[in-house]
Amino acid sequence: MLHYLMRRLGGAIPTLFVIIAGTFFLMRLAPGGPFARERKVPPEVEANLLKAYHLDEPLWQQFLRYLNGLLHGDFGPSFKYKDFSVAELIFGGFPVSLQLGGIAIVLALTIGLTLGIWAALRQNSITDYAAMSVSMVGIAVPNFVVAPILTLLIGMQLQLLPVGGWGHASNYVLPVIALCLPQIAAIARLTRASMIEVLSSNFVRTARAKGLPARVTITRHAIRAAVLPVVSYLGPAVANIITGSVVVEQIFSIPGIGRYFVQGSLNRDYTLVMGVTVFYGALIILCNLIADLLYGVLDPKVRYD
Amino acid sequence: MTAILDVRNLSTSFSTPEGAVRAVNDVSFAIEAGETLGIVGESGSGKSQIFMSVMGLLAKNGRAQGSVQFKGKEILNLQVDELNKIRGVKMSMIFQDPMTSLNPYLSVKRQMTEVLETHRGMSQDAALTAAVDLLDIVQIPEARRRVHMFPHEFSGGMRQRVMIAMALLCQPELLIADEPTTALDVTVQAQILDLLGKLKRETGMAIALITHDLGVIAGLADRVMVMYAGEVAERANAGPLFKSPQHPYTQGLLRSMPRLDETRANRLQTIGGQPPNLQHLPDGCRFRDRCSYAFDRCAAEKPLLRTIAETRAKACHLEAL
Amino acid sequence: MAVADIAVGTVPEVKGRSLWADARHRFLRNKAAVASLIIFCLIVAACFLAPHLGLRAPDDINWELESWGPPNLELGYLLGTDANNRDLFVRTLYGGQVSLLVGFTATLVSLVIGVIWGATAGFIGGRVDGFMMRIVDILYSIPFIFFVIMLTVVFGRFITLIYVAIGAVSWLDMARIVRGQTISIRRREFIEAAEASGVSKWRIITRHIIPNCLGPVVVYVTLTVPNVILTESFISFLGMGVQEPDSSWGTLVSEAAVVMEIAPWAIIGTGGILAVTLLCLNFIGDGMRDALDPKDR
Repeated sequence: MLHYLMRRLGGAIPTLFVIIAGTFFLMRLAPGGPFARERKVPPEVEANLLKAYHLDEPLWQQFLRYLNGLLHGDFGPSFKYKDFSVAELIFGGFPVSLQLGGIAIVLALTIGLTLGIWAALRQNSITDYAAMSVSMVGIAVPNFVVAPILTLLIGMQLQLLPVGGWGHASNYVLPVIALCLPQIAAIARLTRASMIEVLSSNFVRTARAKGLPARVTITRHAIRAAVLPVVSYLGPAVANIITGSVVVEQIFSIPGIGRYFVQGSLNRDYTLVMGVTVFYGALIILCNLIADLLYGVLDPKVRYD
Repeated sequence: MTAILDVRNLSTSFSTPEGAVRAVNDVSFAIEAGETLGIVGESGSGKSQIFMSVMGLLAKNGRAQGSVQFKGKEILNLQVDELNKIRGVKMSMIFQDPMTSLNPYLSVKRQMTEVLETHRGMSQDAALTAAVDLLDIVQIPEARRRVHMFPHEFSGGMRQRVMIAMALLCQPELLIADEPTTALDVTVQAQILDLLGKLKRETGMAIALITHDLGVIAGLADRVMVMYAGEVAERANAGPLFKSPQHPYTQGLLRSMPRLDETRANRLQTIGGQPPNLQHLPDGCRFRDRCSYAFDRCAAEKPLLRTIAETRAKACHLEAL
Repeated sequence: MAVADIAVGTVPEVKGRSLWADARHRFLRNKAAVASLIIFCLIVAACFLAPHLGLRAPDDINWELESWGPPNLELGYLLGTDANNRDLFVRTLYGGQVSLLVGFTATLVSLVIGVIWGATAGFIGGRVDGFMMRIVDILYSIPFIFFVIMLTVVFGRFITLIYVAIGAVSWLDMARIVRGQTISIRRREFIEAAEASGVSKWRIITRHIIPNCLGPVVVYVTLTVPNVILTESFISFLGMGVQEPDSSWGTLVSEAAVVMEIAPWAIIGTGGILAVTLLCLNFIGDGMRDALDPKDR
């Protein structure tokens, strides 16, 4: 098991490195940007830049400095918010985004798994078709279409929930729904397909032949096997939620990292954009590792190889 | 004495987009306590589906009709809860492919103890001891250590032994073995068959041995039932069947087995043609297109299974072969 | 007595069908997929034939109406007006041209990259394959949208760049599928047989490998198109995609979302057409997947 983890970690580190290096050199390439030869920036920022980035040094040395800074949690100064460092902005917005995303992923998993298993057990019934058609809609329709429409219906017409802001429990409802709906749909479909395949497998047939009660066959044998593809999907699911949060935070005016990212992109706040990308990249890699760990726990073949 | 298994007029059909397919057509037979019945046939002859119907393991689009009695009690289409009191306890089944028939995500221990916990109400520890004992009986070396391992850590032959052990945990009166050696290589085949023979002698349980290979039947079966296109072609005690088959199909099967005492001058005999498409069956006898003895009556009238001697029956218009 | 030489001929023949005929038959039986295909074709036709349909021009400003006015059937404003008193419905159609074009070109880019990458890795095998697939694994973990957005921040918002960028980040699944197919086909006996009987490598690739790969590739292409359109709409929604006076469905939805309260029909109309297009593409893709690779559903 340890060996397996080490291998996985070994794969994660180059990935993180590629993300950091890619981001770094991409920013350096920006024509007319702060790192180009011709810099059109206000003098205070120029001074800050020179101080933080040692722009007179050779490129590889700058890169090492950046890496070093990252290890100490320093993402450099923000471009637009002159009094803030990128790290302050990120760590300030993170708890909010974490709450939003965390609730969304938990809901997506619980509802999605339940729905998928339920549909598989009633395969080809009307309820199955209905559930899968609805989930198809959930996957196809973008959340930036769903969110405003939800807001329109529930927030404005029915006046049931607030349409923006953060702080109160009722603020959570609409954004979380908008965020987790596509993932519920994706997980439900994945679970259903996996469950159907498992239910017709030979080892489930053996379980039935052994005279085990249906409940045991389904929980101990079928669900256990069917869940594996969903565990593999955990990494991409988190990535999708992070991506989705960028839009959802924008629409509902939620003070999370996603919104900073959007503002940063529009304002050409390079360091902020870089910082958020690296941060979220690392987060996704971490979630992939956790998913791999979970997979190793569930599938003995993988950890003993 | 009531037979362990008494099957009467069993018919099993599957609904497909192209229409219904009858995989088993009006089959009747019985298995007595302690006897080994060999069921022989090509793929598609219906031999496995008979016992899938008996065990209630048909696919969702399958329907079974007729009567199946286990020690006098009707079990065909029984409620699942009731059937579960018999499956795995009094009547067990092992399957063709040991690679996929064991759950790869659970330890062998778990897959064995759950049977005892469910059916005998044993505790985990008692069940573990019983499981290890049984693994010893089926000759798994270092059973005490191995029981905690996972299926992928066993070889094919050993997995099949585990399946057999699992099937025997509750001391069933009938073991159904569906092509237990087909997926294994020849040397391992012999070992498994020897094991089955030994278990048969020591426990006195009845065995239904399903196979396409007459060689497998030869050493183990007391009686043999030959299946063709979903119907019984011939039924006899093993010895007489091998010595003088009375159905052209059986004769063809026996003749097509390569023998050690044949010289290279003799060509390998085959039965020409293909098994019929069950959705487009010919009139009359289903075998007549491949039968060198066929005459007019074979096309006009379908031969029913008739008794020709005390323990023999065949479905053929010919008087004798 | 010759048991061996019995003629077969009295059994009625069952007509065989080629893989593609079989797939087409299965696809046509899938009502949702067929309906989606029809609707999608109608949408594509409407968008690209818009200039010839005798409709108003997209930049035609009507000073007599209010901005974000409601649908006006007698004057032909099916979705009303936008912020600059232009016909929102016509703008939606023209916006569709951009979105659909991005969808197809970016998918083409990802197809080309993915097929070449995957086929090469699968065909060469060994260390090269391992290395190439490790790169795919690494790229898989990277949050793409972020990189695409960064690219737009860095290089400005040129449309062609966006197409290429989106395509460049969508080829991974394609590469994996193509590699898997190439490997499994290479190993099949009929390839060995072909090689043994002296068929040239090129012929093997064209006659055997490529036709067998096509199935899954077609499915993935159909499923990549909506993803790409979604990605483009996403960044356009955030204001980082296509710029005025061009617009795509994403920008239109973004504009409509702002005035949601006073003009709800706008978001429903623009969002609706985007959603319906994506839904249809997904149903078509699903239908193709079931047609070409049926498992008991």
